[in-house]
Amino acid sequence: MTDSKYFTTNKKGEIFELKAELNNEKKEKRKEAVKKVIAAMTVGKDVSSLFPDVVNCMQTDNLELKKLVYLYLMNYAKSQPDMAIMAVNSFVKDCEDPNPLIRALAVRTMGCIRVDKITEYLCEPLRKCLKDEDPYVRKTAAVCVAKLHDINAQMVEDQGFLDSLRDLIADSNPMVVANAVAALSEISESHPNSNLLDLNPQNINKLLTALNECTEWGQIFILDCLSNYNPKDEREAQSICERVTPRLSHANSAVVLSAVKVLMKFLELLPKDSDYYGTLLKKLSPPLVTLLSGEPEVQYVALRNINLIVQKRPEILKQEIKVFFVKYNDPIYVKLEKLDIMIRLASQANIAQVLAELKEYATEVDVDFVRKAVRAIGRCAIKVEQSAERCVSTLLDLIQTKVNYVVQEAIVVIRDIFRKYPNKYESIIATLCENLDSLDEPDARAAMIWIVGEYAERIDNADELLESFLEGFHDESTQVQLTLLTAIVKLFLKKPSETQELVQQVLSLATQDSDNPDLRDRGYIYWRLLSTDPVTAKEVVLSEKPLISEETDLIEPTLLDELICHIGSLASVYHKPPNAFVEGSHGIHRKHLPIQHGSIDTGESPVSTGPTAALDQPQVIPSQGDLLGDLLNLDLGPPVNVPQVSSMQMGAVDLLGGGLDSLVSPKPCIFSVSQILKKVFVRVFWSQVLLRLHCFVFLCSFGVIPTTPLPIHTPLMPNQSIDISLPLSTIGPVMKMDPLNNLQVAVKNIIDVFYFSCLIPLNIFFVEDGKMERQVFLVTWKDIPNENELQYQIKECHLNADTVSGKLQNNNIFTIAKRNVEGQDMLYQSLKLTNGIWILAELRIQPGNPNYTLKIGASLFLSLQAYRPIDRSSVYKVVLEGCQT
Amino acid sequence: MIGGLFIYNHKGEVLISRVYRDDIGRNAVDAFRVNVIHARQQVRSPVTNIARTSFFHVKRSNIWLAAVTKQNVNAAMVFEFLYKMCDVMTAYFGKISEENIKNNFVLIYELLDEILDFGYPQNSETGALKTFITQQGIKSQTKEEQSQITSQVTGQIGWRREGIKYRRNELFLDVLESVNLLMSPQGQVLSAHVSGRVVMKSYLSGMPECKFGMNDKIVIDKQGKGGTADDAGKSGKQSIAIDDCTFHQCVRLSKFDSERSISFIPPDGEYELMRYRTTKDIILPFRVIPLVREVGRTKLEVKVVIKSNFKPSLLAQKIEVRIPTPLNTSGVQVICMKGKAKYKASENAIVWKIKRMAGMKESQISAEIELLPTNDKKKWARPPISMNFEVPFAPSGLKVRYLKVFEPKLNYSDHDVIKWVRYIGRSGIYETRC
Repeated sequence: MTDSKYFTTNKKGEIFELKAELNNEKKEKRKEAVKKVIAAMTVGKDVSSLFPDVVNCMQTDNLELKKLVYLYLMNYAKSQPDMAIMAVNSFVKDCEDPNPLIRALAVRTMGCIRVDKITEYLCEPLRKCLKDEDPYVRKTAAVCVAKLHDINAQMVEDQGFLDSLRDLIADSNPMVVANAVAALSEISESHPNSNLLDLNPQNINKLLTALNECTEWGQIFILDCLSNYNPKDEREAQSICERVTPRLSHANSAVVLSAVKVLMKFLELLPKDSDYYGTLLKKLSPPLVTLLSGEPEVQYVALRNINLIVQKRPEILKQEIKVFFVKYNDPIYVKLEKLDIMIRLASQANIAQVLAELKEYATEVDVDFVRKAVRAIGRCAIKVEQSAERCVSTLLDLIQTKVNYVVQEAIVVIRDIFRKYPNKYESIIATLCENLDSLDEPDARAAMIWIVGEYAERIDNADELLESFLEGFHDESTQVQLTLLTAIVKLFLKKPSETQELVQQVLSLATQDSDNPDLRDRGYIYWRLLSTDPVTAKEVVLSEKPLISEETDLIEPTLLDELICHIGSLASVYHKPPNAFVEGSHGIHRKHLPIQHGSIDTGESPVSTGPTAALDQPQVIPSQGDLLGDLLNLDLGPPVNVPQVSSMQMGAVDLLGGGLDSLVSPKPCIFSVSQILKKVFVRVFWSQVLLRLHCFVFLCSFGVIPTTPLPIHTPLMPNQSIDISLPLSTIGPVMKMDPLNNLQVAVKNIIDVFYFSCLIPLNIFFVEDGKMERQVFLVTWKDIPNENELQYQIKECHLNADTVSGKLQNNNIFTIAKRNVEGQDMLYQSLKLTNGIWILAELRIQPGNPNYTLKIGASLFLSLQAYRPIDRSSVYKVVLEGCQT
Repeated sequence: MIGGLFIYNHKGEVLISRVYRDDIGRNAVDAFRVNVIHARQQVRSPVTNIARTSFFHVKRSNIWLAAVTKQNVNAAMVFEFLYKMCDVMTAYFGKISEENIKNNFVLIYELLDEILDFGYPQNSETGALKTFITQQGIKSQTKEEQSQITSQVTGQIGWRREGIKYRRNELFLDVLESVNLLMSPQGQVLSAHVSGRVVMKSYLSGMPECKFGMNDKIVIDKQGKGGTADDAGKSGKQSIAIDDCTFHQCVRLSKFDSERSISFIPPDGEYELMRYRTTKDIILPFRVIPLVREVGRTKLEVKVVIKSNFKPSLLAQKIEVRIPTPLNTSGVQVICMKGKAKYKASENAIVWKIKRMAGMKESQISAEIELLPTNDKKKWARPPISMNFEVPFAPSGLKVRYLKVFEPKLNYSDHDVIKWVRYIGRSGIYETRC
């Protein structure tokens, strides 16, 4: 018997006929009819009008028929809530059935019916099923709690189902455990702050035991849940890792990837010099390679994840570049991803092989792939200096093929090669110029124009070439127009005698005939510059340009860390945080890599571990920042005084006829500060003019660094000011400043680099978890050597102990204990800095006396000794002053 | 988790649609059809995001399977589930085709209800599923039978049911390898690896405890320490270094991790026990020696020698050598010592086929290729010469040392089990540059 006939139903009177059949006396006929209904439902026909007739068929011993009716109910109950009540009795009865399969079926289906009245009836059966003797029923009931939570979260909490679910984590059956973990994980996503899962060492142990015994899917649920756990110390992290590593040999790639996620996260907690750390890194590589022999879709997921892993820990796969060579039969999405990883892994050792491969790829059929391969050759040249020459000659070979898109792509990357190695490969310009006519894409045209402008003195007919572009100036894209303007100005400055007419032409085209504000502004700037002082103009326009750096396409480090926490999931496939593509409350909670704790209990060496953990982060500064980072290091290596801005200014050039003073005295000041999550937002504000801002670098004792480039895209007008909010994180390079809360800032604009310094209120570096355990506090306080302690008087503070304590708490200074000695209030307090340093304090307040006595000590393992005592007290001063106002 | 699962035919008509989550509406079915199945250009990614809804798809012949979600699900798991879904359907009704799916749609709905609950994959081993999803309704089962089913579905050994009986206990082991090579014209190995699979067919009674042993270097070295020096020296040569391996879920991974022993209770019937990869000391069954000479601008002389490099008593089969020719080839003359060779203009290659060839032999082909004069500046890229073959041994050197079977409850011993082992080595991408 075949069922396909149900898909071909006659059109007219269909519903009517079905109705008749559903009420037929014969069981078989009724079953046939229900099948027809389901087939119609699948195809998208509305068969909701048959609701009562279908529900009538529910009372049956035939399980197949029952399942079909349930399927129908799940689909249509919502549209017919009143009718759906008819089914309740049958459900409740089935939940008592002696057959566990039927009990489970009933509770499973009931959870899928989103009708309030039915949900009410669900509670009792569900409670029973959660304690059923049969594991099959229990595992189904566990999932049902998640279903119910989706319909009515309050009810789940009120009825105590969450506790029942937690009890199931200790169940004897591994599958029940796995489903309970899955359900709890999902529920806890919508309650980010509650510790629903209650991950403690005992529970973790239960999960790890179940991990060995449950189905492949259960293993995935458990591993994904484990990855959210923060082990208390490295020993615990290591023991969990040891029990997770066997999963790397599982045939199911999702099990492998979830295990990789756990290991990548916990690696953060292991000391880098331990043997185990090295062994673990070695163990990670083979399974990742094996994932590439799976089916293409899984390969794709694996490659997207490997892309992240390679950026986070390049050492894992650096020997394995060959496995990322593209195979002829790979689907295009696999090919493109492999190419990306190949470039990331390219190094001096393997560059010859990589280049040979890339050259092969550039002759393939798929246009996107070929373009990417050509671009990759350019990136190799920029990344591995020794290979630059070979890359250039390969690119030239490719240009000889005259394949249009290959030529254009090649010219774009050659421009970048010139920017990295200026004055090295100009000999090839002649070849490039031959292809001028075939360029029809803006990117390629702009690149070619840039090259001509930059090397105008060595190209005999540069003026002719640029003039040819000028003819259709207004039809070009903005990008090409801007480049052309700059190129002609460069040409003019290099060969003033022959090109005066040309430059006038382009300036008038850009300023008078164009509506584009960027183009006009740039045109006017050049015009003024040229008319005021050509010598200076030459210095400005033809000044030596910074070299470009290779790692421009890295994922920004905080995002990378977040994505590492999502290995295997959709976020890792999209390379986007979950809140970018998930609606509602799910997944909004952001994940962080665990941070190695300041070792309170180990206390081995006096070197503080906090700041090193911060330094372990890869030092990726958003692309343009790189260069400035270098500049700063050069200029400010030792903590010398910040060069004063005005003295650093280049010889006073009055570019805009009188605006110079306003140019050189911009002062950023920190305007308002707030702490959101672990990020510090600093609002910077300029009172004066800056021209177009290029980039922005911070240097301070706490490693404050902006996480995004400066979000200013249009140039500022004279005397215009702008407020910018810049998200900051504390993972940047650390340099001890004097005073401690000094922040040095460098801003680069067209004219030069400007340096400022300003004071950050120290209290923004106090973290929320700065509350020390009472016991720990006592011990630490006693252990603080005298030379680490400091007495300080705070004058004129008219507050009582409780208000002070409250205000300090708002600033993350926590009162651990309070006692009253001889009429004086003694407050014992602790705070923790973002770099893991603990500071303890005793505050003595005498009622009626506006002067407080403050005794501060830093815990023994700190390098705080190096700081001048005044800094420590200033910590408090800052806060208390804040309190008074 | 998975919010819904749809199956479409090649035209984009829905054959199966099952929604698990409230956030997935009927319009999701159409969104996938319009944006993916009916899309003009080739599929650029197996994951598509349309209006904040993510679609995962796989294709089997001309059937599309799509899983839909609005959450940040485990992407690898969704694909593994879709593959598993295909396996289960194949196990129930054979090939996945439109006709078969329509014929079994009730069964498919029943399966989807069982193996995916609220979007969470549940036990999906066909061995277990077949005990209670039968398409015949549940016949009056005894209480014992019912609890046996549920304990198997939720149990630790979900892939095997109790009470299997065979009159003859028998098992077959196939070691299937594919050997990949890229060699320079001078005979230098640029890259070589073997990817292998051990496929087992077991027809064993009861719940047999199995232990599989092979000449894994790590194991042999460990044993070698205890044994005599002679032993270690002898076995050292025969053991192989395995880069990585993965196992069927029946294998106890923690035991493999700690002792490197492979122990398991096998599923009934055919399944893949393990996959592995090796890159060291690979026996390359054939060596290809190319010689290309350009005689003027319109003629090429090609001579290719193949040498078989294994025991003379063994026979290689289905040998095929593919020699690429330039695009402007006008005529080819070939002479070969053995087999048949033909110039195939449509494939731009000379294809040389030999049915059988023994080990330590050598054969040769020579060809004269006439070229049309062209003004194409682009040089001929000289694609590599590729080879296909099948040999009756494992090129990685892997040897099955034992497969022990223990069934304590039933009275048959390891000696009563009839065991068969077979090795097949096939060419993967086996290329020599010329």
